[in-house]
Amino acid sequence: MNNPSSTAARNTAALDRYRTMRRIRSFEERVGELFLRGESAGSMLHLSIGEEGVVGVTDAMAQGDSFTTHHRGHGVFLARGADPVRMLAEIAGREDGYCRGKGGSMHIADRALGHLGANAIVGGGIPHVVGAGLSYRNQASGQVSAAFFGDGAMQQGILYEAMNMAALWRLPVVFCCINNQYGMGTRIDRAAASVDFVARAEAFGLAGVSADGADVEAVYAAAQDVFAGARAGRPGFIEVSAYRFHGHARMDKSPYRTAEEEAEGRRRDPLARARDRLIAEGLADAVDLDRLDAEAGAEMDRALAQATGAPLPPLASMFEDVYDPTTPAPEPLRHRLARILNA
Amino acid sequence: MSETTYREALRAALEDAMDQDPAILLIGEEVGLYGGAYGVSRGLLDRFGPDRVIDAPISEPAIVGTAVGAAMTGSRPVAELMYVDFAGLVMDQLANQAAKSRYMFGGQIAVPMVLRTQGGTGRSAAAQHSQSLEAWFLHTPGLRLVMPATVNDAYHLLRAALTQPDPVVFIEHKGLYTLKGAWDRGRPDAGWGEALVRRPGRDLTIVTYSRMLHESLAAADTLAARGIDAEVIDLRCLNPLDEATMVASVRRTGRVMVVSEGVLTGGVAAELSARLQELCFDQLEEPILRIAGEDIPIPVSPDLERASIPSAGLIVEAAGQLMRREVAAWAR
Ligand SMILES: Cc1ncc(C[n+]2csc(CCOP(=O)(O)OP(=O)(O)O)c2C)c(N)n1
Ligand SMILES: [Mg+2]
Repeated sequence: MNNPSSTAARNTAALDRYRTMRRIRSFEERVGELFLRGESAGSMLHLSIGEEGVVGVTDAMAQGDSFTTHHRGHGVFLARGADPVRMLAEIAGREDGYCRGKGGSMHIADRALGHLGANAIVGGGIPHVVGAGLSYRNQASGQVSAAFFGDGAMQQGILYEAMNMAALWRLPVVFCCINNQYGMGTRIDRAAASVDFVARAEAFGLAGVSADGADVEAVYAAAQDVFAGARAGRPGFIEVSAYRFHGHARMDKSPYRTAEEEAEGRRRDPLARARDRLIAEGLADAVDLDRLDAEAGAEMDRALAQATGAPLPPLASMFEDVYDPTTPAPEPLRHRLARILNA
Repeated sequence: MSETTYREALRAALEDAMDQDPAILLIGEEVGLYGGAYGVSRGLLDRFGPDRVIDAPISEPAIVGTAVGAAMTGSRPVAELMYVDFAGLVMDQLANQAAKSRYMFGGQIAVPMVLRTQGGTGRSAAAQHSQSLEAWFLHTPGLRLVMPATVNDAYHLLRAALTQPDPVVFIEHKGLYTLKGAWDRGRPDAGWGEALVRRPGRDLTIVTYSRMLHESLAAADTLAARGIDAEVIDLRCLNPLDEATMVASVRRTGRVMVVSEGVLTGGVAAELSARLQELCFDQLEEPILRIAGEDIPIPVSPDLERASIPSAGLIVEAAGQLMRREVAAWAR
């Protein structure tokens, strides 16, 4: 999908991006359903609805590129090829999930697809891409590693330590901030005196660009340059502006923002925008897109059914994967008590 | 005397303390407009204004470091760390700065601050939002450490923390915010640094704190029905630690279990066990049992999460076996 040269290829890619964005939205709606049915593992579920424009970034990545995400990372991973069944199974805390029901919504990872891990510590996953970039540089592998995080992480010191090192060592690294205007209930202008994030990145010697996340094609165009630069040892920063359509997590009704603001924010809908554009440019008609939407919905319905039918992890599995399976595992407390009590 | 929730008792403590002491500041993520991630500071921004109730960016090391500096200069800050797990980010400011300033600087520079935070399991919040990390703080001389289990303690221990001359880590339990209980604004259950016998008993002592108090009390009820009379001690404060109350009890009962949600290895229960062994050696009838969290990160799947920490059921089972324990053949 990288660098499509012909017009036809470009057109197909634009349609594909729409499909990916629709699949993300349908997926997130099923996550909401899972919660309402009481089948999710907990309520710390952060939907990426409204942020689907990030597909412009994930599409600019090449096969083999790795990435880390923040707690709102379902969309990024789906766009990088995740299996929605295994994702939903993980979110439901099932054995068949990506992390065997150990991690849940905020900790999905898949080494095979380059996902080095979703993180529930704001900023926690950012430096890992610097290390990945170091590996790739030394291995001359041509890979890039990208960190996806929110505007909240722009206020974490570790981001700047990571940016400085990436620039200093000329690593194949991309920092991608999905700026949805809020960190929980705090609007960005209540968290930072200057919200010119591109200027911050540039101050560290990174190539910086900001793209309108409502326009996935604009994001894609900007991201292609950033990834091309990173692959050549010029690490970059890309800000994707967006609006978080729903509350911070499932329990949050966003009382800190007005209905008018939300209505305005939701008008910046990357899906509606892409749809209008595809129709206006004659690349698809409403019937095609409706069909595509319905397919995405049906796919996610099937995924939900399959995921919720998956078994729960056996209790004994809790002791697995603390350490390498060929080395001693922690002793269960009950075993220890039995040893003490001669039971 | 009235009834309220743990959450409301904490909120009232902040409000009453801020009312009386204008030096008290609240600083943390979502403490103002949002009212706190768990609703503890609801209404305080309106009441005390943005100079004293300060919404901070997601910058934990600087939040705690700012509190340290404010405490050095006449303010009495309450820094809120939304989850105790984020201690990973702030341990330098807490352990190397707050805890050591008085000592390193020859007694000149005190850091009278409170780090309010919450920990524990119960919400399927997974490995980075469910830990019980009190051992990290207990292992750091210079810090006081408080973990209230009841509504009245939530209020009075927080009020007391806000009068301490040194940094206090105040750890709430996320599973207790909706707990209802008796609240007497005028009367603490006990003083700062005093443990409490929450249930007297003759056969066995259970030493615990925080949410595990409730599992232990439930276990004691079940044990009573089986003819085992367990005494349950709520430590309330881990530093300062009331050894005398524990020791008096264990010298009487000769049997003791230490119950803690944090992981077993290198945990608070280990420290308590060591002290009891040193001080009660001659009276102990049985080995001291530690009933603690499994030595694993907290898994997200609800059944696994529940099974990874002690329950009333496990306490009952272990207590029953401890009472019946036969001395190993080789030792007879
Ligand atoms: C280190 C750390 N601090 C605080 C939190 C609590 N928290 C979780 S998400 C969040 C807001 C993050 O905002 P942002 O980075 O913009 O991501 P968004 O939720 O908007 O996608 C906060 C404060 C956390 N998980 N980790
Ligand atoms: Mg945000």
